[in-house]
Amino acid sequence: MLAVIDYGVGNLFSLSCALEALGVNFCITDDQNKLIKADRIILPGVGAFGDAIRQFRASGLEAPLAKAASQGKPILGICVGMQLLFEAGYEFGEHEGLGFIKGSIHSLRDDIPPELKIPHIGWNSLKIQKPDDPIFRYIKQNDYAYYVHSFYAKGCEKSVLACSQYGVEIPGVVKNKNVYGTQFHPEKSGEVGQGILKAFCEL
Amino acid sequence: MITKRIIPCLDIRDGRVVKGVNFEGVRDVEDPVALARLYNTSGADELVFYDITASVEGRSLFTDVLVRTAKEVFIPLTVGGSINTVEDFDRVLKCGADKVSVNTGALKDPTLLERAALKYGAQCVVLSMDVKRVNGKFHVFQKGGREDTGRDALEWAAYGEEHGAGELVVNSIDTDGVRNGFDVELLSAICDVVSLPVIASGGAGNMQHFAELFKKVPKVDAGLAASIFHFREVAVKDLKEYLREQGIEVRL
Repeated sequence: MLAVIDYGVGNLFSLSCALEALGVNFCITDDQNKLIKADRIILPGVGAFGDAIRQFRASGLEAPLAKAASQGKPILGICVGMQLLFEAGYEFGEHEGLGFIKGSIHSLRDDIPPELKIPHIGWNSLKIQKPDDPIFRYIKQNDYAYYVHSFYAKGCEKSVLACSQYGVEIPGVVKNKNVYGTQFHPEKSGEVGQGILKAFCEL
Repeated sequence: MITKRIIPCLDIRDGRVVKGVNFEGVRDVEDPVALARLYNTSGADELVFYDITASVEGRSLFTDVLVRTAKEVFIPLTVGGSINTVEDFDRVLKCGADKVSVNTGALKDPTLLERAALKYGAQCVVLSMDVKRVNGKFHVFQKGGREDTGRDALEWAAYGEEHGAGELVVNSIDTDGVRNGFDVELLSAICDVVSLPVIASGGAGNMQHFAELFKKVPKVDAGLAASIFHFREVAVKDLKEYLREQGIEVRL
């Protein structure tokens, strides 16, 4: 069973609709036991890094998630959920992340030309750098994904599977062993997003 | 590359599409879900559902439409119409909306933007404004464009950006329904004062109008239209292919 972690951050309605349409057996949960029993886990998230990591830690689910990661269970972080997988986030101060993937989260504003708007919102094409990764089984080079974010991952070159161009190269899909993350929202990225979710459920 | 977005808008009353027309393959022409499905397949980047229901029963029909759409169309959905309180945000976000568009509600109580942004994040707060020229100035109108608020549109846009709006829909009353092209002058002026994503609305009559919009006002992020898509004068897919030929980045 796939477990979608509900730690009180964001709206999980769209994600559950997308998973239902794929016919996936899943639960939305904040229960440690369900997380321990899950064979794969999605960590969603919206809002600011600091709030999200605080809420997640308060939920008491960090230890079971870390255990699942070390057991090799597939994990997928989405948007701010992806950002939490890194070592640190610099949004309103410095915050320690989960550290599953090397690198940290920084403001796009500091690194992109002033004429580009923040947040980076809309459909952007994916430059797939590791096309053989099973997460891309159902999508192709230059497919479009839907992004909404103001911060992005840096210092994670070795973990980047695909990126999008917006003044800088934004890591769109990252991976360290069994832990994946997407900066975009697969549940809002039409067929491409459905393809990513389907491939994740088949890992 | 980030693409320009094409956004069809559906007017919905009591859970039905207003003035449903015949589309090939759509049996129930007034079914918003069928129309949403069609727009999605033809390449719409987002959808706006505009609720013009007046009754309480109609509201629940509307949220039912939202739920059914969200279950099969996986692109961003924005809901507008009669959003006056944070509870209204809550009601539609729970039913599948990703963004909520406020217009008169924010004019009546400008703190609504900030309160909604604090609770749900600026990414789902869309400030929609109806603008008309009055004595050479851009004024914000309310109540469906019937009433002049006397507010300066550029100041209102800047206020929205500072107080929690994540996107701006700018609808020109002067060009709306005239089908003579978007209001390039107004949109340029707005884009000069805000750095929020701006969605242009009002005036689209053909495909060339979209190309003209994106070329003349490069800072505009999206074009929104209702009737030209609804009455099948322009298909979303044809429009996007045309824009790509014109050198404008779109999702195809």
